[in-house]
Amino acid sequence: MSVDTATVKRVAKLARIAVTDDEAKNLESELNTILGFVEQLDEVDVSDVEPMVSVVAMDMKKRIDEVTDGSKAADIVANAPASDENFFQVPKVVE
Amino acid sequence: MTDLTALTIAEAREKLRAKEITAVELTDAYISAIDAANGALNAYVALTPEKARDMAKASDAKYASGNAGALEGIPLGIKDLFGTYDVHTQAASHILDGFKPKYESTVTQNLWDDGAVMLGKLNMDEFAMGSSNETSYYGPVKNPWRANGSDVDLVPGGSSGGSASAVAAHICAGATATDTGGSIRQPAAFTGTVGIKPTYGRCSRWGVAAFASSLDQAGPITRDVRDAAIMLKSMASVDAKDTTSVDLPVPDYEAALGGSVKGMKIGIPAEYRVDGLDPEIQALWEQGIQWLKDAGAEIVNISLPNTKYALPAYYIVAPAEASSNLARYDGVKYGLRVPGKDITDMYEQTRAAGFGAEVKRRIMIGTYVLSAGYYDAYYLKAQKVRTLIKRDFENVFADGVDAILTPATPSAAFGIGDKAMKADPVKMYLNDVFTVTVNMAGLPGIAVPAGLSSTGLPLGLQLIGKPFDEETLFKTAHVIEQAAGKFTATKWW
Repeated sequence: MSVDTATVKRVAKLARIAVTDDEAKNLESELNTILGFVEQLDEVDVSDVEPMVSVVAMDMKKRIDEVTDGSKAADIVANAPASDENFFQVPKVVE
Repeated sequence: MTDLTALTIAEAREKLRAKEITAVELTDAYISAIDAANGALNAYVALTPEKARDMAKASDAKYASGNAGALEGIPLGIKDLFGTYDVHTQAASHILDGFKPKYESTVTQNLWDDGAVMLGKLNMDEFAMGSSNETSYYGPVKNPWRANGSDVDLVPGGSSGGSASAVAAHICAGATATDTGGSIRQPAAFTGTVGIKPTYGRCSRWGVAAFASSLDQAGPITRDVRDAAIMLKSMASVDAKDTTSVDLPVPDYEAALGGSVKGMKIGIPAEYRVDGLDPEIQALWEQGIQWLKDAGAEIVNISLPNTKYALPAYYIVAPAEASSNLARYDGVKYGLRVPGKDITDMYEQTRAAGFGAEVKRRIMIGTYVLSAGYYDAYYLKAQKVRTLIKRDFENVFADGVDAILTPATPSAAFGIGDKAMKADPVKMYLNDVFTVTVNMAGLPGIAVPAGLSSTGLPLGLQLIGKPFDEETLFKTAHVIEQAAGKFTATKWW
């Protein structure tokens, strides 16, 4: 499978990365090189093979559903580019 | 007075315990060495000398009161991927501009709890994506090693290039690093240092910026095998904050050193004799086999038939997980924000300006393989191939193989700005051809220096072990180290 410029632009939109026409052209050839490389996997017969979900066999750890941390709003917004009274500020979303 | 920066962690520990030196003296020696070297090597992206001196003073007090920890007063460098409270943590990316977390990663907290001293944050490939440390927003790191009679700058490998360079140049006693496809072992091999990627789940991933969550593991890069054993003992823990942290006690790895490998079965995988393997690498491998044979190990030929599919499967799984993990960098919660005409445009402009070319490439691949209609063909298939790769290892271990010996890298360190690798991303990816299988199967792997190339550059061998059998790797790597000797770069900086 290979991608064209329109697909590159669609994927860039999904990934929320602005790309210029030139960048899209470059990415098209780079992505096709990588997709060409991974095409080798077509040789492998994976019928009746379970996909890996965990590399180490272990049961998912569980704990009691209770508050163990919190009340750190100021710490959480401390690195925000824009915040106000412990809220993150973003450009207006709804007119 | 002897140069204090020439001491290994084990040697410095002994002198500190005997009160022959103080932690402040040792730390000051490293701070001076960094001042003299970092302009040339670019190994550190942030320095914390005040904090280091304060920590060293506290360590001296601990030694005076008899409460010294396992790493008390040992000055370390920390890869920029580890969250460090109120200290520069940017994964060497522009998008995390100015980020100083209000938390400490579990691994670094473990080190501080054992008395270690932080010298600063180390350069790396952006978000650990790279094999040459050239994708860093802070520019490339130089390898302290140069070819005989040459003044051409070489890469230290990546992504933990700052860690490897700093350890090899003696501007930290040891360093933390992380490994997703070879990012500890390849730079260790390129710089004549020791690097171990422990079993997945051995070191907590909490507080470490995530690249590919099912593959990422932290580990140390050090000057010798003993130091790696000492550091891993402190870094590893059982951590309730990481659900993939495994509930097993951390053994005393250092105690494994000096043990005999007599009667051990060492597997030599046929599939690692790849076409066009550099004859020097082949010879190094044969030498390693001979050393282990001489030490009484039994050498057995093994087959890991799905080896060649590990790298292509990795370049589906790792970008897919990365595209998801890096979705959080959007100009809202931390780091860079580039204004846009609306919120979506702000996200897109921020991520366009904040991520470098390699990171964008991988996010794009990851987004594509996870997008509607392609999930089964790519991601699901790769996860099935991963099951086969893991099964290959399980089969040879079930047949009684104790550890597997392979080359660490297909070549010695290459030049900064290598044209062939720049032109073709896949060529760069092939650096990880011997290391990536280990991450795909979650196994421990150690790179140990084994010799020099004909041009005088370090070359390494890799040992792969059973899950949570790091002790066998330390014991066996120590045997190779004893036979090969240690290698130190000639100072030019």
